[in-house]
Amino acid sequence: MIFTQEMLESMKKVEAAREANIAYEPPRMSAEEKEALLAEYHPDYKDKGFTTIKIGPNKGERAPIELEEMIEGRSRVLDLNVDLNKVDYDVDVLVIGGGGSGSSAAIEANKAGANVMIVTKLRIGDANTMMAEGGIQAADKPGDSPAQHYLDVMGGGHFVNRPELVRKLVMDGPGAIKWLNELGVEFDKDEDGTMVTTHGGGTSRKRMHAAADYSGAEIMRTLRDEVLNRGITVVDFTAAIEIIKDENGNAAGAVLLNMETGEVRVARAKCVVIATGGAGRMHYQGFPTSNHYGATADGLILGYRAGAKLLYQDTLQYHPTGVAFPQQIYGALVTEKVRSMGAKLINSEGEVYVHPLETRDVNAAAVIRECSTRGKGVPTPTGKAVWLDTPMIDMIHGKGTLEKRLPAMLRMYLKFGIDMRETPILIYPTLHYQNGGLEIGVNGMTRVENLFVAGEAVGGIHGRNRLMGNSLLDIIVFGRNAGQQAAAKAKTVTVGALTLDHVAKYEEERKAAGIDSETASPKLLPDYTRKF
Amino acid sequence: MANMVNVFLYGKKYEVPGDLTIMEAFEYAGYKLVRGVGCRNGFCGACATVYRIKGDRELKACLACSTKVEDNMSVATLPFFPLIKEGYDIEKVRPNEQIMMQLYPEIYSCVGCNACTKACSQSLNVMQYIAHAQRGEYEKCAELSFDCVMCGICSSRCPAGISHPQVAMLARRLNGKYIAPESLHLTTRVKEIEDGLCTEAIEAIMAKPIEELKELYNHRDIEK
Ligand SMILES: Cc1cc2nc3c(=O)[nH]c(=O)nc-3n(C[C@H](O)[C@H](O)[C@H](O)COP(=O)(O)OP(=O)(O)OC[C@H]3O[C@@H](n4cnc5c(N)ncnc54)[C@H](O)[C@@H]3O)c2cc1C
Ligand code: FES
Repeated sequence: MIFTQEMLESMKKVEAAREANIAYEPPRMSAEEKEALLAEYHPDYKDKGFTTIKIGPNKGERAPIELEEMIEGRSRVLDLNVDLNKVDYDVDVLVIGGGGSGSSAAIEANKAGANVMIVTKLRIGDANTMMAEGGIQAADKPGDSPAQHYLDVMGGGHFVNRPELVRKLVMDGPGAIKWLNELGVEFDKDEDGTMVTTHGGGTSRKRMHAAADYSGAEIMRTLRDEVLNRGITVVDFTAAIEIIKDENGNAAGAVLLNMETGEVRVARAKCVVIATGGAGRMHYQGFPTSNHYGATADGLILGYRAGAKLLYQDTLQYHPTGVAFPQQIYGALVTEKVRSMGAKLINSEGEVYVHPLETRDVNAAAVIRECSTRGKGVPTPTGKAVWLDTPMIDMIHGKGTLEKRLPAMLRMYLKFGIDMRETPILIYPTLHYQNGGLEIGVNGMTRVENLFVAGEAVGGIHGRNRLMGNSLLDIIVFGRNAGQQAAAKAKTVTVGALTLDHVAKYEEERKAAGIDSETASPKLLPDYTRKF
Repeated sequence: MANMVNVFLYGKKYEVPGDLTIMEAFEYAGYKLVRGVGCRNGFCGACATVYRIKGDRELKACLACSTKVEDNMSVATLPFFPLIKEGYDIEKVRPNEQIMMQLYPEIYSCVGCNACTKACSQSLNVMQYIAHAQRGEYEKCAELSFDCVMCGICSSRCPAGISHPQVAMLARRLNGKYIAPESLHLTTRVKEIEDGLCTEAIEAIMAKPIEELKELYNHRDIEK
C-alpha cells in the first residue's frame, strides 16, 4: 500500500462522511469573506514573493522575483555573433511558439495568403495547450449569452479585465468552437448533436465544452495536423531569443537559437506574433507546476526588451488541485472537471470546508488555510494536503462515469497504483497559469508596431484571475485574430534595415541601474539536472 | 531517502533513488534534457521509451515522464520516430474507405502480429483500431484511438511499416467533422451573433458602471 498510516486514518473519516457530504451543499462565500481569505492566504498577496521592476517600460511596478531576475538578466545575443545581414528565413509572418495560439495564428495567416513560419522551442505541440484537460467555454446554449459570459469573465477577473478584449473573447467564442469542430475536433456530444457542457469554477451557466479530459490534446493535435496539411514551415527545437527591429523601430523578425546545436539564425518578417505561452517552470515562490517543460515566460522578456508593456505581471494562477501525492507527479494537474462532476474538497477530519466551485484563487487560498492555520491538512512527503473525494463521482452519476469522462486522470493515478474511483486523492495548489502578460489592443498588437501577441503571453483578457475554460477559448479567438491581423498588416509593411539597437539600449539601461547580473535571459528551459 | 536502484541508461549503469520517474533518473544522472521531454505528465508523447528488466524476456515500452524506475532496468529513449504523415485538405476529403486506401495504403499490409497493441504506452487496442480504419469504420477507430498521445512506439514495432498515430489522427478528424452529428445550438448562436442579435446586450452590459456590474455579478443566478 502506497498510502501512509496517517493518510489511511484520515481517509477512513472521509469515507465515513461521504454520503452525508454528497448531500451537503456548502454555502458560497460572500464577497467580503473572499477578499479576506485571499488577502491572508493567496500567494499573490505574499509580499516576500515579489519585488520592484528596476528597468524598462514597467519600471517601478511589482513583479514576481523570478520574473524580475529575467527582466534584469543579460540578453543572450550579447555573447553571440549575430550577423543581421545574413537572413536565413524571410517571411511575411513569423509566429514564435508552436502551441494552440501559435498554430491558430499560423493557420489563419496561411489562409489569408501570407507566407508564415512557426518557430518553436521543442516540438510543435509540446505546449501547455496539449495538457489542458477540463475544457473550453463558449456561450452557445439557449439560456446563455455572450453578455452572461462577459459578466462571469469580468467577475472572475476582479473587474480589472480589459473590457474590449473580453467582449471579443465572448462574442467570438461560439465561432471558435464551430471553427474547431469543423476542423474535426471531437467535442463530447449527445446523440442529437447537442454538446455536453458543464460548470467550471466561477461560471453561472454550464458552458464548458470538452473532449473527455483530453480537451487540449484533442485541440492541439488537430491544429498541428492542420498546420502540417497546409505545408506551413515549422522550425522546431529552435528558440527565439530576441526580437529584431528595423530602423523605423518596428518589429521585423527574431534571432533564433537551435536548442540542440547552438547554431544561431536570423529570421526577418513583416509581422511577428509572440505565442510563447506561460511561466509555470519559473516556479514562482517555489511552487510546483502543472505546466510543460518550456513554460518559462520567454515571450514576456522578448516583448519587454523590444518595448512592449506588461500588464498584471504580478498575478499568477495557482490551481487549487495539483497532485500532492504520489511525489512522482507532484504538481501535476487534477482537472477542475473533477469538481465540476461533483467531487468535493474535504479536510483531514472528513469535513467539506468550502464550496468546490468557488473561483480558483479562492479555492487555492482555502486549501492553504486548511493546511496551515486551521491545521486540518493531511501530512505528505512534500508538505500537507487536503482530499478531493473522487469516489463521489460514480456515486452521483453512476458506475463507469469517471472512467468515461476522466480517462486521463484515471490513467495518471493508476500508473502509480492509486485507483481514484475507489479512494480519494490528495491535492495542494500548483502554479498553473500566468494571468498577466504583454498588453495588446483588440487587433492583437502591442504598442510596438508589427509586434503581435496571442495566448497565455497576453495580459488583460482575464484580469487578475482566469476562469477555467477561458484560456483555451482565448488562444483560439486571439490566436486566429493575431494571424488574420498580422497577415493583413504584412501586406502594407516594407521592412527597413534590421537592427538590435534596442537590445544595446536595454543593456545600457541595465548598467545605468547598476545591474550586473550575468544570468542569461530569457530562461528557455528550467534546470533540473543534478549538480555534482 | 528512498532506496537506491541500479538503472542502465543507454546501457551505462547509474545508481538512482527508486522513487524517481525514468525522466527524473536521467536528470539525476546528470543529463540536461532537450529531446524526449515535453509536458512531463503523459500528454504529449515526447518521451517514448523502451526498456527491459534484467531476467525478464519481454521488451516493454512506456512514457519516461510517467513511469517509475525499477531495479535493473535497461532503458533507451525513442525521442523521434519517422512516421508517414500525408497531407490532405480536410474540406475535400470524405469519410469513405478510399481515403485510407489512398493516403495510408500500408494499413492493408497489417499481418496481425499485435506488436503495436502490446507496445502501446497508453494501453490502447491499436491493432483493433487499425482494423476499423481498414474497413472505413472511422467512428470506432476514433473512439478506440482517442487517448493516443502519438508517441510512435507502436510504429517502431510494426513489421508492415504502418504509421498508426497518423492513421488514427485522420480517422478522428473525419469523425469529428463529418460523422458526429451537427450541433444545432452552436450553428444557431453563431448565426445570431453574426446577425447582430447579441450586440445590444453586450454593449448594454459593457456600458454599466463597475459598481453596478459587481452588484449584477454578486447576485447573478447560477444554473443548477
Ligand atoms: C495542465 C494544464 C491544464 C489546463 N487546462 C485548461 C482547461 O481545461 N481549460 C482552459 O481553458 N485552459 C486550460 N489550461 C490553460 C491553457 O491550456 C493554456 O493557457 C493555453 O493552452 C496556452 O496556449 P498558448 O498557445 O498560449 O501556449 P502554449 O500552448 O504553452 O504554447 C507555447 C509554445 O511556445 C513555445 N515557446 C516558448 N518559448 C519559446 C521561445 N523562446 N521560442 C520559441 N518557442 C517558444 C513553447 O515551447 C510552446 O510550444 C491548462 C493548462 C495546463 C498547463
Ligand atoms: S513528456 Fe509528455 S508524455 Fe512524457
